[in-house]
Amino acid sequence: MTQMNMIQALNSAMDVMMARDPGVVLMGEDVGYFGGVFRATEGLQRKYGEHRVLDSPIAEGGIVATAIGMSINGLRPVAEIQFADYIYPAYDQIVSELARIRYRSGGDFCAPVTIRTPCGGGIRGGQTHSQSPEALFAHVSGLKVVMPSNPYDAKGLLIASIEEDDPVIFLEPKRLYNGPFDGDPNKPAVGWNSHARGDVPEGHYRVELGVADIVRPGSKLTIITYGTMVHVCLAAAEKAGVDAEVIDLRSIVPLDVETIVNSVKKTGRCIVAHEATRFAGFGAEILSTVQEECFWHLEAPVLRVAGWDTPYPHAFEWEYFPGQARVIAAIKATMEAS
Amino acid sequence: MMRSRLHVPRPPARPGEKPDFSYVAVSPAGAAARPDPNAPLNETEFLSREMVRVLDDKGRAVGPWNPHLAAADLELGLRHMMLTRAFDDRMHRAQRGGKITFYMKSTGEEAVSVAANMALKPSDMMFPAYRNQGLHIARGLKIVDLMCQLLSNSRDMCKGRQLPVMYHSAESNLFSISGNLATQFPQAVGWAMAAAIKGEDRICSTWLGDGSTAEADFHYALLFAQIYKAPVILNVVNNQWAISTFQTFAGGEGRSFASRGPGYGMPGIRVDGNDFLAVYAVTQWAAERARTGAGPTLIELVTYRAAPHSTSDDPSRYRPKDEEKSWPLGDPIERLQGHLRTLGAWSDEQEQALAKEYEEHVNQAWKEANTYGTLTDGPQLDPETMFQDVFKEQTPNLARQRMQLAQELKERAQK
Repeated sequence: MTQMNMIQALNSAMDVMMARDPGVVLMGEDVGYFGGVFRATEGLQRKYGEHRVLDSPIAEGGIVATAIGMSINGLRPVAEIQFADYIYPAYDQIVSELARIRYRSGGDFCAPVTIRTPCGGGIRGGQTHSQSPEALFAHVSGLKVVMPSNPYDAKGLLIASIEEDDPVIFLEPKRLYNGPFDGDPNKPAVGWNSHARGDVPEGHYRVELGVADIVRPGSKLTIITYGTMVHVCLAAAEKAGVDAEVIDLRSIVPLDVETIVNSVKKTGRCIVAHEATRFAGFGAEILSTVQEECFWHLEAPVLRVAGWDTPYPHAFEWEYFPGQARVIAAIKATMEAS
Repeated sequence: MMRSRLHVPRPPARPGEKPDFSYVAVSPAGAAARPDPNAPLNETEFLSREMVRVLDDKGRAVGPWNPHLAAADLELGLRHMMLTRAFDDRMHRAQRGGKITFYMKSTGEEAVSVAANMALKPSDMMFPAYRNQGLHIARGLKIVDLMCQLLSNSRDMCKGRQLPVMYHSAESNLFSISGNLATQFPQAVGWAMAAAIKGEDRICSTWLGDGSTAEADFHYALLFAQIYKAPVILNVVNNQWAISTFQTFAGGEGRSFASRGPGYGMPGIRVDGNDFLAVYAVTQWAAERARTGAGPTLIELVTYRAAPHSTSDDPSRYRPKDEEKSWPLGDPIERLQGHLRTLGAWSDEQEQALAKEYEEHVNQAWKEANTYGTLTDGPQLDPETMFQDVFKEQTPNLARQRMQLAQELKERAQK
């Protein structure tokens, strides 16, 4: 075990996979010589050469399209889109091509491409460097969608994603790169070195897609979340003094319905929390599943905590962000409903 | 007072008007020089403005681009083009008769695919567009297998998931056709980049239409291909029309599509797309560049879409009827037949016999294909297969939906 922050864990995952499989190649803007704007690929071009860690033109559509072509020719490309907010020029290649190549060819071709992209707010990124577009990908048949909340999971999930024979959209909450963030911007930043999930094995291991993690067991309320909001919800549950069970989904496609349903049947109360905008957000999908599967166990309406249905404003970042206060308000409302 | 005015491109002739192809600059056969494939860009740039042609009006092969193909190869090319046309004609009729939902003919564009295939190795990869059926036929896919795809029947390679004509063959190195335009262009570049990364000597070739060059994917493809010098051949099939959109709307008015190549730093060659020998020769030239590490080549194949865009299209509403008869570059099959005749290697009897043979072959294949089912009759795909291949392993969510459908079908059967 070694202490790693999330960037180091991601770097280690790619390093491990490149050493094990000569078909793994990295590509993206600034990822090669420079090592990436968030340093996730630092040192990998020096180690594996510029044929395997490719600096790309500023053309996300071209990056994803060429990654698809490489995967058809037997490679396992890991493409970095510098910010999730920049992924839309590649949306057609992801939705109409990447997601459907196995299907449309009757299983004769497949495209094992992993697209890594930093997402989420909390870094004063304004409306073009803060988005959480996971629902836009979860809605597309044929894509797996992953969002880790800590270094240990980040490495194991990225290794599992690269080893997948299906395409994976791997969203990295960038506010968590350097440490867990509980939603309070005024507190001094803490690193991953004091967090249990900052202990990361140096070698190969997998965290399976589609397996949620119960990060806080509890009996009175289930909070279903992922990404940055895992830490916000943990802190909020603590402050609210409620015996809440907090579930970190880790991947939203595939979705671990069993863990969700078992928990809600046990607690009878449920909140869904994500940083993305609320309307038609992924929370609605979870909520719908909960009411279908757990309706007769519910003691209160299921509530959603999310970003407002506005673009992510630069000046009002902490009024936008679904922080502890919003989670606590939802906890109270849920607990007080009879 | 000076004012700005929009220039809205228009084709030279509309229905009821006399066809006018004076805008097509045609070089005399044999006139264009043939530079070394590895020559610097400034020595190849003229190729984007002239037109490489080998067959002259008398059916002779002339000039430096003459590939000197053996008569047997020429005959093989002719056979593949004639079979493609016979297949197209039969399938168009099948759609008109309500047997298939949709079809797209390649009439007049057969040389674009068949000659290019002959200049490449079977191990080379292809990312076709939807009007490249000549590739599939020349690569030896069975007509009956193509028909099964058109019928979405129990032997459809796509398991009933794709619109007719979106074939593929992993064994024959033919990638799956998308239906979304131009997406295959940058994918082909990625495939070629991977070949170079792996140190293979295989190359890749891809095709799109003049209209599709307006898509961003076309430009991504040229950029990525050139900066990494990927071993890829990028073909623009300029058949003048994208449904009713004339090629000037994709920017073909002032400059040739081939001239986009030098703009990105790679050679662009404008070629007579109805001249089998010229298409073969420029493909061979581009393949040599790719195989020797010189990088990509953009080829503009100047041709004419003699058929409707698809069976859902009626070109008489936007262009003169029989416009193809005035097309200055003629018909690719007739021109290659003419060449074989000047060589004394082809006769009217042979032509008639072969046309009859292919008509029977296609009819026979159609009968056989129908025995494997149609959309409505005969053997049917199991609807539950629709849940396969979304992912390699079926997710619990999809497994649940599959069971739900099975229940629906059971209840439907009981009614």
